[in-house]
Amino acid sequence: MTTDPVTPEPLYRNRRAFLKLSIWAGTGAATASLFKAFVPDPSAELTGADIPTTPVPGSLTHMPDPGDSLSTVSEITNYNNFYEFSTSKAAVSWKAEDFITSPWKVTVEGWVHTPRIYDMSDLMRREQVERVYRLRCVEGWSMVIPWVGFPLHTLLAEVKPLGKATHVAFESYYDPSQMPDAAKANIPFPYVEGLRLDEAMHPLTFLATGLYGKTLPNQNGAPIRLVVPWKYGFKSAKSIVRITLTDREPPTTWNRFNPLEYGFYSNVNPEVDHPRWSQTRERRIGENETRPTLPFNGYGDQVASLYKGMDLMSNF
Amino acid sequence: MGESSDSKGRTAGAAGRHALPSGNLEVGRTVPGPPSFLRVLLDAKFRQQLIAVNSLIPSLMMLYYWQHHDLGVNPVEFVTRTTGVLALLFLVLTLLVTPLRKLAKWNWLAPHRRMLGLFAFFYATAHLLTYVVFDRAFDVASIPADVWKRPFIALGMVAFLLMVPLAATSNNAMIKRLGGRTWTRLHRLTYVCAIAGAAHYWLIVKSDITYPAVFASIIVILLGYRAIAASRR
Repeated sequence: MTTDPVTPEPLYRNRRAFLKLSIWAGTGAATASLFKAFVPDPSAELTGADIPTTPVPGSLTHMPDPGDSLSTVSEITNYNNFYEFSTSKAAVSWKAEDFITSPWKVTVEGWVHTPRIYDMSDLMRREQVERVYRLRCVEGWSMVIPWVGFPLHTLLAEVKPLGKATHVAFESYYDPSQMPDAAKANIPFPYVEGLRLDEAMHPLTFLATGLYGKTLPNQNGAPIRLVVPWKYGFKSAKSIVRITLTDREPPTTWNRFNPLEYGFYSNVNPEVDHPRWSQTRERRIGENETRPTLPFNGYGDQVASLYKGMDLMSNF
Repeated sequence: MGESSDSKGRTAGAAGRHALPSGNLEVGRTVPGPPSFLRVLLDAKFRQQLIAVNSLIPSLMMLYYWQHHDLGVNPVEFVTRTTGVLALLFLVLTLLVTPLRKLAKWNWLAPHRRMLGLFAFFYATAHLLTYVVFDRAFDVASIPADVWKRPFIALGMVAFLLMVPLAATSNNAMIKRLGGRTWTRLHRLTYVCAIAGAAHYWLIVKSDITYPAVFASIIVILLGYRAIAASRR
């Protein structure tokens, strides 16, 4: 028999209770923190400079529908598909924080009379307007965004496309040193997109330099990006560095990745499903219920004529 | 006085068993042993409660954050994706139990396998409900068309439907009724659920297959273990 005192029973039982309590607290806290790390924490804000815009009454700046309220700054700047930085939509805002967007040049070349290299400061001095557009992602969600910028056709008019030009190709900025996670996205970079010349010259096609009256946040495609509101969002290439007038249909990144799923035209069309999911409905960000998808994202009146006679099932 | 040893085979030295004032016999800690909290974890009932509550925490947190509009810009997408991943995660944990018992001799896991499996069903149900409520807007009649046209939804449906009989038979009464052999065979459907679930996840991502690939690899390893073990019998 030992001479050591036996632990008194109350203390023994209390100690056990204390240990159990600390294990509950410890594991609970660990589980909760681990889970919390996966919950998105939208904290990006608009910190860009104000952009003076010309008010254009009764123009394309309009809210077509009472059901089309503006998406909030928080929604627009904290939910981004910008695979160069991350495939996690909530992560792009902080991963793109240190993206260097100045100095910046946009080269316009190809089948044009006067190719030019525009400095971003030149582009910002152009007359800019506000355009409120719906943006519909191929994944099935959508937003309404008040862009600031200028129509693409005003830029193309300056370089004077030649007769041989049939299409316009766009190239986004790509820099592995600033975009270390790009390879995980599994798609080829630099990101390229393209439009038919008449689509590019259409009044709706827009080069955006800002949103909500301020210069673009990095995660939204700073400092200048394309917006083609009647097509799926991936056609609206971000952070443009090169615009090329071509004499044939240019390659586009998602079409290169999977031509069966992502076509060149990619007009928003509830009748043409994505092979893996339906396109008949969409979720407007901020709403819990889905809504029907509109042909051409609701811009049919303005763009349907571009596709007269085209089979939109096969030219998807 | 004979020597006594604790569950890890350590002897309690010359002290052996003490009679406490209450008259109960306890093995006294008179020699260095594992810290007391490890002993507390030896209590299977306590461990079961611990696992149950911690497994519930994600769902409780999601409910709380949902109420407070704190689940990010697209809460429906977050809840759908998270409940799905948790269902797959618990499936994987369930499938980990037997290999760990056989290879690492971690028999303490045995009483917890059932609950891990039921949590997989719990999160799979939450995942399906989120889809029915927020994607289909309760339009249950539209679901068969979706299942038929979209392979990834068909795979998800298969995985879920197979889990229903497994959940329903996850109790001692059913084991008795079916008999151990039939019950075991039925519950091998878990393998199909895991494969269908992983394929469902893989098919829904656009291009970044990192997470689905991790799950797929783990499931391949876990099923591979069983295939090898079965071939050796």
